Amino acid sequence: MSTQPVSHSESSPASGSTSMVPFVVLAVCLIIGPLLIYPVFLMKALCFALFACAFNILLGFTGLLSFGHAAFLGMASYASAHAAKVWGLTPELAIAFGTLVAMGLGTVIGMLTIRSRGIYFANITLAFAQMVFFFCLQAKFTGGEDGIQSVPRGSLFGLISLKSDMAMYVFVAVVFFAAFVMIHRIIHSPFGQVLRAVRENETRAISLGYKAEQYKLAAFILSAMLAGLAGSVKALVFQLASLTDVGWQMSGEVVLMTLLGGVGTIFGPAVGAFVIVSMENYLAELGSWVLVVQGAIFVLCVMTFRRGIVGTASYYWNKRQQG
Amino acid sequence: MFEILGITSQALFGQLLIGLINGAFYAMLSLGLAVIFGMLNIINFTHGALYMIGAFVAWMLLNYLGIGYWWALVLSPIVTGALGVLIERLMLSRLRDLDHLYGLLLTFGLALIFEGLFRQKFGSSGLPYRIPAELSGGTNLGFMFLPNYRAWVITFSLVVCIGTWYAIEHTRLGSYLRAATENPALVQAFGINVSRMITLTYGFGVGLAALAGVLAAPIYQVNPLMGSNIIIVVFAVVVIGGMGSILGSIITGFALGVAEGLTKVFYPEASSTVIFVIMAIVLLIRPSGLFGRSS
Repeated sequence: MSTQPVSHSESSPASGSTSMVPFVVLAVCLIIGPLLIYPVFLMKALCFALFACAFNILLGFTGLLSFGHAAFLGMASYASAHAAKVWGLTPELAIAFGTLVAMGLGTVIGMLTIRSRGIYFANITLAFAQMVFFFCLQAKFTGGEDGIQSVPRGSLFGLISLKSDMAMYVFVAVVFFAAFVMIHRIIHSPFGQVLRAVRENETRAISLGYKAEQYKLAAFILSAMLAGLAGSVKALVFQLASLTDVGWQMSGEVVLMTLLGGVGTIFGPAVGAFVIVSMENYLAELGSWVLVVQGAIFVLCVMTFRRGIVGTASYYWNKRQQG
Repeated sequence: MFEILGITSQALFGQLLIGLINGAFYAMLSLGLAVIFGMLNIINFTHGALYMIGAFVAWMLLNYLGIGYWWALVLSPIVTGALGVLIERLMLSRLRDLDHLYGLLLTFGLALIFEGLFRQKFGSSGLPYRIPAELSGGTNLGFMFLPNYRAWVITFSLVVCIGTWYAIEHTRLGSYLRAATENPALVQAFGINVSRMITLTYGFGVGLAALAGVLAAPIYQVNPLMGSNIIIVVFAVVVIGGMGSILGSIITGFALGVAEGLTKVFYPEASSTVIFVIMAIVLLIRPSGLFGRSS
């Protein structure tokens, strides 16, 4: 069986010597960003970028297409909103709680789904996510159609108020940067190497003595956890947790971001998230055309642009380097 | 009139009937998915959107051209099936050598486009479609009132499902189809145009979805959202039945519709999740589904 040609990019094995330059550029962008762009928009984009990066751990580096990642984003955002609003926890604790909830959910769903492959996996994760959606629709604490509104942002460690958008932005940017570096480290760790081995040829990885299923489950839980982190932060940024974040459209959107940015690249999902979020921002008044444009991007990416933005860029860059 | 556990027979049979109706649509849609999955190895995410388009074609035939229900029952599957053939020829066929996940992503994108276009044109509230005069009214069965149109939907979809099953399992064409599912290269070597067969299979599966759409039009309103509401439940049905199993998808479709209806009577809060709970249990016990062959 030919396994997972889903990611073409980054064909070079992860050499530990990835330069620091991209990270410095990223840090600079994060610092100048709010001077040029409205911080709330930036925070939204960062949350989705983190979500997409978390998703890419599975699709890009493990070769599993989950079509139910909204469950983790949404569930965590409900959990952290509830913790902050009803229990009155400080933001860092609320976010930690949301992330833990997503991790727990990821463990349960992961254990039930990880044995299936390819299309089956996509289908089953989607169905589980829909189960979570109906749970959120009916459970008391989520507020049904209204969601949890006016969630207090609170004060970080009880000291620093996050009320102003600028303070919140700094917090979100730090969380994003830390998570991003962490994902990068994990991908390039021995653990990440095994994940890629599983992606490229699972049977062979097993024959070499790696317990592929456990590695995949670990990647799934990690991905769910980071998606949960994104959701928890998002709930505090917008002071709202709603059904949009649990719906299957959201699961589709994160696939789109990753695909457009470049599956299996480090920066691709973040770039894709920025493009999609800005597109939605500009097309917001056009109503249902957003759906049509999203669909069209999907079709175009699948038909002609499978490397994605970052994937294509690095492909041509490498070609030029080689002369 | 009698009561079971404090629930009147009227309510019980009423929900059972609704369950059977839903089950009929689940069965027809998951049957189409199974046929497509067997040949193309992709999950057709556009299936829900094509079901919706099937219903809209019927609505448009009536409102723009004055063509009624019975002709729509024939024309809409043909028109929508032709759209399916186009999709397969122009796009899916180019993805055949790639990972099948790309097929899933492509059909997902198409579903978004279709849903977006119809929402843009028709809004998100439903449009009414009248029950044909021949099937209006109902019969009193003593323990419940059975609307004629609903009886027709159940009977007709059963006939279509069994007919499809028969055609695939017991005819020459069906045997080609099954052979091509097993080993396309060999069947091609015998001089059968497998590529065309794949295209037609996709068109047929899409036609089934459209037929379900026409049947659904008078019961639910014709609504751009009707496809995405049902498709994920149908995916769960397919997982429970076992991906690609023809008979399995028919039986599970009806059974799960009934299960859903019964849950609505006895424990209404769980009615929208019951199918997913069953799915989780089935996955734990039989990962390849009730009727699926283990891979």
